[in-house]
Amino acid sequence: MYYFDPHIHMVSRTTDDYEALAKMGCVAVSEPAFWAGFDRGSAEGFRDYFRQLTEFEPQRAGWYGVQHYTWICINAKEAENVRLSREVIAMIPEFLDKPGVLGVGEIGLNKNTRNEAIVFLEHVELADKREEQILIHTPHLEDKYPGTRMILDMLDDFSQLDRRRVLVDHVEEHTVREVLDRGYWAGMTLYPTSKCTPQRAVDMVEMHGAESLLVNSAGDWGPSKPTAVPDFILEMRMRGHPESLIRKVVYENPLEFFSQSRNFDFRPPEVPEAAV
Amino acid sequence: MKLTIPHEAPAVLQREFLPVRAKIIEIAAALDRLDRSAGTVSEDPQVAQIRAALDELATPQPGRAERIQMIFSLPYDPRWRKTIKMPSEADG
Repeated sequence: MYYFDPHIHMVSRTTDDYEALAKMGCVAVSEPAFWAGFDRGSAEGFRDYFRQLTEFEPQRAGWYGVQHYTWICINAKEAENVRLSREVIAMIPEFLDKPGVLGVGEIGLNKNTRNEAIVFLEHVELADKREEQILIHTPHLEDKYPGTRMILDMLDDFSQLDRRRVLVDHVEEHTVREVLDRGYWAGMTLYPTSKCTPQRAVDMVEMHGAESLLVNSAGDWGPSKPTAVPDFILEMRMRGHPESLIRKVVYENPLEFFSQSRNFDFRPPEVPEAAV
Repeated sequence: MKLTIPHEAPAVLQREFLPVRAKIIEIAAALDRLDRSAGTVSEDPQVAQIRAALDELATPQPGRAERIQMIFSLPYDPRWRKTIKMPSEADG
């Protein structure tokens, strides 16, 4: 089955992973800007990183026929440095019109601090002013519930924001309902220990319906599985769910969400899948 | 909107029994490992969370996963903007 991975950090994966993704039916990846595992020292460090996301990664993905899209921001961990964050935020517009750039992300909270919230708001202000889509990271583990509520509170301040153009990612059982009820897209991340499993993601589809749910691997430099979305597909099949429902979550929903970005120039596979 | 689930309880039990059994034994072994370790963590709040989560597992009401997530979560403070001293519009 053709699928998107709407949230994966390919910059931290070897090229072999692109080959594996292509073989398993991944037609496109969406890569938000994130924390590299260490705190970058300067805004110019971010400029180089954004160039890597917008220039080299699409090329590398293309070697295997995978289409690559990206998001630009300073991530929540490094947002604790407000001075640096403001320098990076000032640079973001330079990249928002580049091919394949879908919007601002992954912004969010990490430990739910004042500085993180200030920088999150300034990103949302930028995105709102420029009518960009937004991809949001919700915190890990014990911080996820309060942080998600804080994020939703802050988004409420933007009355003109089109919630259908905002993806709130890494939802779990205790945050998914609130995100969906407020009209946002919700992403379920299949990542060991700190996030969700394919089985629990399928549970959430069964409990909440497929209308506004996406699923991703968030593959990065930590222990993670970039081919996690096919695991979700398999679990759905093993439970007897129809191909049309699976396709909605892993292909049609991402396509609908991303198609709202002016730089999403997706070329569908030439060979269509057999009608179900 | 809940989906119509295409599977029956006996089939789910047959599929889930061995993985659940394995996960419960893993948890039991981890708790035994804690007992064999030097010192005590009996007053550690994480131990209290684990015990509360295990108690929740044994409840009959659906929604255990969500309730256990909340056991392991920090609380939401509806006055967080004041608590962390967010700048207001008045601050400029």
